[in-house]
Amino acid sequence: MSAKKIKRSLFEPKIVRRALLDSVGKLNPVYQIKNPVMFVVETGSVLTTLLFLHALITGRGEASAVFILQISVWLWITVLFANFAESMAEGRGKAQADALRKTRKDVVAKRLSKPARDSGVTQVPSSGLKKGDVVLVEAGDIVPMDGEVIEGVASVNESAITGESAPVIRESGGDRSAVTGGTLVLSDWIVVRVTASPGETFLDRMIGMVEGAKRQKTPNEIALDILLAGLTIIFLLVTATLLPFSIFSVKAAGQGSPVTITVLVALLVCLIPTTIGGLLSAIGIAGMDRMIQANVIAMSGRAVEAAGDVDVLLLDKTGTITLGDRQATLFISAPGVDEKNLADAAQLSSLADETPEGRSIVVLAKEKYGIRERDIHALGAQFVPFSAQTRMSGVDLNGRQIRKGAADAVEKYVQKQGGTFPAGVRAAVDDIARQGATPLVVAEGPSVLGVVRLNDIIKGGIKERFAEMRQMGIKTVMITGDNPLTAAAVAAEAGVDDFLAQATPETKLKLIREHQAGGRLVAMTGDGTNDAPALAQADVAVAMNTGTQAAKEAGNLVDLDSNPTKLIEIVEIGKQLLMTRGTLTTFSISNDVAKYFAILPAAFVSIYPALGALNIMRLSTPQSAVLSAVIFNALIIIFLIPLALRGVKYKPLGAQTVLRNNALIYGVGGLIVPFIGIKLIDMLITALHMA
Amino acid sequence: MPRMIRNSVMSLLFMTALTGIVYPLVITGIAQVAFPGRANGSIVEENGKPVGSALIGQQFGGPGYFWGRPSATTPYPYNSASSSGSNLGPNNPDLIRAVQSRIDALRAADPGNRRPIPVDLVTSSASGLDPDISPAAAIYQAGRVARARGLDVAKVRDLIAENTRERFLGIFGEPAVNVLRLNLALDNLK
Amino acid sequence: MTGNDILQTVLYFGALAVLAGPLGLYMARVYEGAPCGLDGVLGPLERLFYRVCGIRQDEEMDWKQYATAVLIFSAAGVFLLYFLQRVQGALPLNPQKFGAVTPGLSFNTALSFVTNTNWQNYSGETAMSYLTQMAGLAVQNFLSAAAGMAALVALIRGFKRHSANTIGNFWVDMARGTLYILMPLALVYSLLLVSQGVVQSFGKYRTVDLVEAGNYEIPRLDAGGNAVKDANGDPVMEKAKVTRQVIPLGPAASQIAIKQLGTNGGGFFNVNSAHPFENPTAFSNFLECLAILLIPAALCITFGKMVGDRRQGLALLAAMFLILVPLTFLCAWAEQGGNPHLASMGVDQAASALQPGGNMEGKEARFGIADSTIWAAATTAASNGSVNSMHDSYMPLGGMVPMLLIQFGEVIFGGVGSGLYGMLIFAIITVFVAGLMVGRTPEYLGKKIEIFEMKMAALVVLIVNALIKLGTAIAVSTKAGTAGIANPGPHGFSEVLYAFSSFAGNNGSAFAGLNGNTVFYNTIGGILMFFGRFWVIIPVLAIAGSLAKKKQVPAGLGTLPTHTPLFVVFLMGVIVIVGALAFMPGLALGPIAEQLMYH
Repeated sequence: MSAKKIKRSLFEPKIVRRALLDSVGKLNPVYQIKNPVMFVVETGSVLTTLLFLHALITGRGEASAVFILQISVWLWITVLFANFAESMAEGRGKAQADALRKTRKDVVAKRLSKPARDSGVTQVPSSGLKKGDVVLVEAGDIVPMDGEVIEGVASVNESAITGESAPVIRESGGDRSAVTGGTLVLSDWIVVRVTASPGETFLDRMIGMVEGAKRQKTPNEIALDILLAGLTIIFLLVTATLLPFSIFSVKAAGQGSPVTITVLVALLVCLIPTTIGGLLSAIGIAGMDRMIQANVIAMSGRAVEAAGDVDVLLLDKTGTITLGDRQATLFISAPGVDEKNLADAAQLSSLADETPEGRSIVVLAKEKYGIRERDIHALGAQFVPFSAQTRMSGVDLNGRQIRKGAADAVEKYVQKQGGTFPAGVRAAVDDIARQGATPLVVAEGPSVLGVVRLNDIIKGGIKERFAEMRQMGIKTVMITGDNPLTAAAVAAEAGVDDFLAQATPETKLKLIREHQAGGRLVAMTGDGTNDAPALAQADVAVAMNTGTQAAKEAGNLVDLDSNPTKLIEIVEIGKQLLMTRGTLTTFSISNDVAKYFAILPAAFVSIYPALGALNIMRLSTPQSAVLSAVIFNALIIIFLIPLALRGVKYKPLGAQTVLRNNALIYGVGGLIVPFIGIKLIDMLITALHMA
Repeated sequence: MPRMIRNSVMSLLFMTALTGIVYPLVITGIAQVAFPGRANGSIVEENGKPVGSALIGQQFGGPGYFWGRPSATTPYPYNSASSSGSNLGPNNPDLIRAVQSRIDALRAADPGNRRPIPVDLVTSSASGLDPDISPAAAIYQAGRVARARGLDVAKVRDLIAENTRERFLGIFGEPAVNVLRLNLALDNLK
Repeated sequence: MTGNDILQTVLYFGALAVLAGPLGLYMARVYEGAPCGLDGVLGPLERLFYRVCGIRQDEEMDWKQYATAVLIFSAAGVFLLYFLQRVQGALPLNPQKFGAVTPGLSFNTALSFVTNTNWQNYSGETAMSYLTQMAGLAVQNFLSAAAGMAALVALIRGFKRHSANTIGNFWVDMARGTLYILMPLALVYSLLLVSQGVVQSFGKYRTVDLVEAGNYEIPRLDAGGNAVKDANGDPVMEKAKVTRQVIPLGPAASQIAIKQLGTNGGGFFNVNSAHPFENPTAFSNFLECLAILLIPAALCITFGKMVGDRRQGLALLAAMFLILVPLTFLCAWAEQGGNPHLASMGVDQAASALQPGGNMEGKEARFGIADSTIWAAATTAASNGSVNSMHDSYMPLGGMVPMLLIQFGEVIFGGVGSGLYGMLIFAIITVFVAGLMVGRTPEYLGKKIEIFEMKMAALVVLIVNALIKLGTAIAVSTKAGTAGIANPGPHGFSEVLYAFSSFAGNNGSAFAGLNGNTVFYNTIGGILMFFGRFWVIIPVLAIAGSLAKKKQVPAGLGTLPTHTPLFVVFLMGVIVIVGALAFMPGLALGPIAEQLMYH
């Protein structure tokens, strides 16, 4: 079972069915009033329905009952479409939540009386656990509650949360001590101190977020709501005052009849920004959903939105910018030593060294000098493993003692054997360090053979990503424990804008505060407990799911994949969310121009026949003109649901270019599209004799 | 708050004294010294007797005078005590009627003249006190005036040309003929 | 349109653009308290002002204090001006012995001048004493302008300051604006105008003998000055011989200079700058027309200078120009086309070297079409409202241009100060929508635009809109409202719509056929002018306060640049679309219907 792998098609039948039902339920005015734009539409629907009934019963309606009915029906459909959009967005989240909820079974926990494995075990239901309780989880058990491993080590299947089926190791102490309720212990045992109360676990929060139950409007959304409400009131005034205006005009012109309430309601609904108003909450929910698709759990909608605003990105060097391991890239022999000898010795010393660095030396020697890999046992060699005392590793072979290690360790070693550390090697060592690489000195007995250069390997494509970031106006800062020299070299190679060398939790925190004091928004990722203060300080803090409980508590986003580069994706999703709102607002308002050209001549042509000239679309009758505009207004919501759910396509370009592109597509497009759409609908209506 | 009210009242009084009393007094003082004629209404005198202002139009109705722009002041035209335009909209039947009656009057005074009438001669001015007409409007009337006064038309046209004010710097405003000055020039011919 | 129309328009806007620069930079120095060259002369006067009024020059105000100061100062102005009109009969400098202005008219006029609207329901030469004109009306021409500029400067400080609680000192801003900017400019302008023939005297009206006496039928008046009606209700006419003419005088030049510079627009005489004594020549016309837009245009430069990025001001100025210039041409084109009704009557409306041609009803011969339409566009783009031609008699499309310019919210140049702060509100809305479109929380000049700013910005746009629409709706639905309408058909509706746009937009110009001196229009107009002014100033100052508190966000590549042509176009789009969408239905029943009737 994997939550991650549920990649849903946009219109999955099951979700659509549920959404259809939901959208009817959402007609409840108590629910609608939260969205002022759609509430106005619903009020209009009720009003036109009453007008229809009046026309039907008295036979003296303000317009033909059939016409009023058609307008009324389409207004109701407009509301339903908007509800449907929201339900669709929610439905996708709900499906996800259902899958998650299945993992949240009530299990029997083995509560320990003391925080020690051999203390007495009481069987309690997991729902009965409190924060601070200590439980034993053994192979085959499901972890009953979020907690921290205080004793033992176990392999755990966390696929229920992360979708990743490969087991992970959880052990006490260090950065891999957090366990999540609902995950399965595969082997061994652990003693876990419960860190969450029932209903507040990570899983609970995750379900809450996906379901949108705890979704609060974000600041930008509220500000947009205000703008939309303002526009709605303006258009309400426009249409409401049109009645006295037209009554006066009838008197002034001495002919015609005042505009009908039905037409006014139709005009109002067409003018107010129903497109964005109807899709606004769907866009927000879908943004959250896209985060989930990216396997990131947002602890608040605010965090998602803030991600779009990030100015500074703090990235750990290791694992994010570089591959976790260094690789041998060059042999530099000592004066008077053949390079091939150095390579040979280096390879011999590394044959039994299973670290990635060691493997890379073997491979480099093979690639560069054709020295084939040999079997260490067949050679009768004795492997000398790395020890904290010697800080070297190596091999003893037929009396040869080959050692490799850090320059100072090797220097001490050769001096003890009566040898000297050649100046040429010293120079090479310094040179390598300056390049941002790590020198590894190889010696045989008292003589130094040369240096192996170990390089940080910059991840493929990362430089391009940073260039994109720069385009987007985001500054990247590399965080590393390396010395400034090395850090500068790696930073230059990776293409980050800045770096923080010899970073400590304190310097990290200070750096974040400095940027924030300058008005910048800072994002960072972290996993360790010592990252927690910085995470708490950062505006957008992505905690690795593999990280400690403290880190997860401090972050406002949790990356289930524990992929440090995810931050970049998160920024894009945040931007996409805002862009979708902005473009649909622009589109919605631009649409109004065409609607005026449809409805105004229709409404006033009886008073001033000359206004018929404004009917530039040549719509067949006043009734069909009004109806076409209303139908277009409803249908456009449905057509734009996929866009609202998927989000506007995001390309990492400068703000200027993005604005130009979007203004052309959604602004100018929004001006033109309804002219075509309304005309087509009018032709269809006329052909069907609907009006 | 009390201090703010005190600040307000004092500021208002101070500024009233400065911009409402001192400033206009200073301007008047300088104006009366530097531009006594213009500051006092650009009065035109004829034989030491004021006959009007160069800037304020007068009603002329006799065939021997050039007529000025129609005036919409009440209760009679060119009432300089109460400037006013007609404020008739372009589609107002009253406007059409008024224009028609002006056309009729012009045609009646000059029956032989069938040329189209320059528009400024049949439309009322903004102020109701417009001192000017366009050169075209003057030329249109030249025949009638010449006939009434027994003058050569060419002579009258010369007089129009003499009294035509060109555009400011050749660009701004419109060429115009001051009706009062032109009519006084006519009177002074003999 | 003629070649000369185009040349005049280009030269006018060219001169405006050239002069805006140096004046704008000068004003920035004035408001930043930097030496500006006139300190030697005006410094002592300024210090005297602070001492006399008990003002602590270095005291800073938060936005609420600032707004309170604006309100109290304006309220005091309303009281003084009302009082002055009511007792003018007993005061000096009243050679024509005008009696007290009626209470309704005094109320309307007081609010009209204090709100920088200068709507005139009175006729200057028949109602206002010299003292009322100069010490009442002209004073408010200075002070309402200075208050508007002060509010703008406070808003600019909001953008410029960060993590601050205060936005300046109203008394200092008001005083420096009056002393260092308005007074010196008005001084120079007054004398230039007198040199052209604008009157400036305290003498009595003169009476001269006419060259040709006239005989007229005029309504007989009773002792109270009202027309005597016969049994049918028609006025009784009597024969009258008119042999003399009254030459009105007064301290006009000093007042006209400031009414143009301060975007006030209230004329000394009834027909405003169409009156030959207010605007005698093509040169005076050019000067006055230039004055209408001079300070509003220069304030854009001031703004750019004060926020530390000149391009920001230029961008706003560009947006203003790009909206106004085409509309000016549209207006000129409509008017130059003439009235089709007249064409069929044998009237020559073609432009030639000898006549301006076009629709000359309600226009002066010396101004013709170009000078009239440039003025009409400028005076409504700015919330000046002075006129040199009668907008009511414009062709429908020609008259729609000034109406539309008011309905855009008086932000295309707009009133001194008020225009630019209105424009900045639109810029904030534009930044919000455009900012979302590029995927960032919107920022303008380094300040994040958030919920509070949007609330206030939406409020500003909403208030002006609501006032115009509701006012018009009330007027066309009531007897009192429709009674004032002068022209039949859609044009009558245009008159009402124009009037309420002018009230709420604090413009002051009119489709003057509408009889506004009634209890209904005096009252509702006064109220609308008040709300149109102060219900905008307060939210604007609130935004200033909120912005000043915020941190400054440094601009990066991801920040939407707000000085580029793209942003200018987007800003124009927002202004035009919001304006057009909000007023299209009303315009359809007025000028649009009327224009289409010709076809």
